[in-house]
Amino acid sequence: MELQQAQIQKVDVKTGTLIFECQGDWTVDTLQSAVQSLEGYSRTVRNSSIQWDVSAVGLVDSAGMMCFIYFQDLLKSQQCSIELSGASEEFEELYELLRPLVSEHTVSKPGVLSRIQAPFRHLGKATAAFWRDIAEFLSFVGENFVALVLSVRHPSSIRYSAIIKNIEDAGVRALPIVALTSFLIGVVIAYQGAVQLQKFGANIFIVDMIGISVTRELAPLITAIVVAGRTGSSYTAQLGAMKITEEINAMRTMGFEPHRFLVLPRIIALMLVLPLMIFFADIIGIAGGMVVSHLHLNISYSEFIHRLQDVLDIKHFWIGLGKGPFFAWLIAITGCFRGFQVSRNTESIGRYTTISVVNAIFLVIACDAVFSIVFTELGI
Amino acid sequence: MNPIIKVTDVVTRFGDNVIHDGVSLSVQKGEIYGLLGGSGSGKSTLMKEMIMLLQPASGEISVFDYDLNKISRMEAASLRRRWGVLFQQGALYSSLTVMENVAIRLKEYTKLPAELIREIVYMKINMVGLPDHAADLYPSELSGGMVKRASLARALAMDPRLLFLDEPTSGLDPVGAEEFDDLILELRDMLGLTVVMVTHDLDSIWTIVDRFAVLGDKKVIAEGTLNEVMQQPHPIIQQFFKGERGRLRSGYGK
Repeated sequence: MELQQAQIQKVDVKTGTLIFECQGDWTVDTLQSAVQSLEGYSRTVRNSSIQWDVSAVGLVDSAGMMCFIYFQDLLKSQQCSIELSGASEEFEELYELLRPLVSEHTVSKPGVLSRIQAPFRHLGKATAAFWRDIAEFLSFVGENFVALVLSVRHPSSIRYSAIIKNIEDAGVRALPIVALTSFLIGVVIAYQGAVQLQKFGANIFIVDMIGISVTRELAPLITAIVVAGRTGSSYTAQLGAMKITEEINAMRTMGFEPHRFLVLPRIIALMLVLPLMIFFADIIGIAGGMVVSHLHLNISYSEFIHRLQDVLDIKHFWIGLGKGPFFAWLIAITGCFRGFQVSRNTESIGRYTTISVVNAIFLVIACDAVFSIVFTELGI
Repeated sequence: MNPIIKVTDVVTRFGDNVIHDGVSLSVQKGEIYGLLGGSGSGKSTLMKEMIMLLQPASGEISVFDYDLNKISRMEAASLRRRWGVLFQQGALYSSLTVMENVAIRLKEYTKLPAELIREIVYMKINMVGLPDHAADLYPSELSGGMVKRASLARALAMDPRLLFLDEPTSGLDPVGAEEFDDLILELRDMLGLTVVMVTHDLDSIWTIVDRFAVLGDKKVIAEGTLNEVMQQPHPIIQQFFKGERGRLRSGYGK
């Protein structure tokens, strides 16, 4: 059955008296042109008496009826009187059914003043949200610390199997990507350095450069960033999904404290495994530099290693490794914290995962900067 | 008169698991048609095939005289505009408010002015019994019953001729479920809808369903009005209606 487009025509009888003649099917798909004409009429017609003839109207659905009601009300508000004629029984019936459903509701358009205020309002809201976040974060850390103290007092309550599983997920499975990135970082550093050092004929100093920069700064930082992207995000998503499906509430009712069962194992696992991963990244990064030195600067492998043992103080290695647990704590705690912030809708998992990774990477870099300043001031 | 939906010899398999083995039924214009069956009897699957979310392995389904096996892209698009679907969990878009959820198809498929769309949306929201202020809430801020109502409003947005309901009363309390049943009945009479609902709520079957099919043993084991079906001696039907809950209900009568 083909539907006809809804039509409406305005006939001027005399000044102040009009007839609206309707035709066609007034359904949601066919309304468009009639609505356009009606919008046009309602802009110009004022103080008129209108005879609205609907005798030639075909099918009417609720959208079509709504259109009648809407423009009737609009015209009445412009001091027009409306008389409906030729309505069929079904038309009357539908009108009676839908009329009570049209409610009075005023839609307030934002004024000029509030539009000027809007940016300030957003800024204020964002600032308030920032401080609230900080407060929530501190209380989360506090709660976590209490759980840690309780666990230490009752070592049997620590979830060792969960820790092992998290070590495997966050550490062992991440080794390929850590190996690849740290190898490439070693290669890049070596290439950049080689070009400069060759100018001075100081080829052998490439060893000092790679050894110290990789162990002290680059391996810890790159590993932490990879882990933040890989593990921090998965912590947020896992805990967020558990929160949406109410698993976390279920755990609470069973007396399984989420901090002890979910958060602490993740934090402990990451704090244990990140230094080991940094050690691994040290080896691979230096190996990457060594390969480039051999190919580009003609420094043999044995020469490289001999020089490395001379110049690389063990303290650089320990400083790099020592940053590991701090980075790990920052990554794991932001990941878990953001996971617990996920609210009831699915969209917020994605939002908080993004926030968690951005926060974790920022915090890792900020923490590294603090370490640099402290160690330099201390002369280490 | 041609039936609105006609299902003929439908066979559905998931891997080696046969769900339907020659299912046939038909839905007439203007009726509330129930799809019944125990868990795993494939009633939701059958409904998904009717609304083109799944394709049967063989057999024919026609909706509004379109054969779903041979339907063109354009025809499928126009068909999708002529029905509304209420999912079991509501499936409201969680990033949009109730207002935006109901308005989304009106905005996408029609060129009506924004004010008129807003009026239509408010009317639909009132029609399903939600208060005006619910329009600005997000789905996560709604109760279970309100989610069902909001997603019914969304299903009704385009004035469909045909409404599919997947377990409309599941997860509602008895009072809410009864209200929802009444609402569906009222809307059917008001808007001249044809309703297909998957349900295993005995109360709904007793009060609002005109005809229904019982799925079991991979087939339709009975189809017809309540009285017709009750006459069937098939053990699944006897179990279904003569079980503790069914007996309790038939004691009160309709």
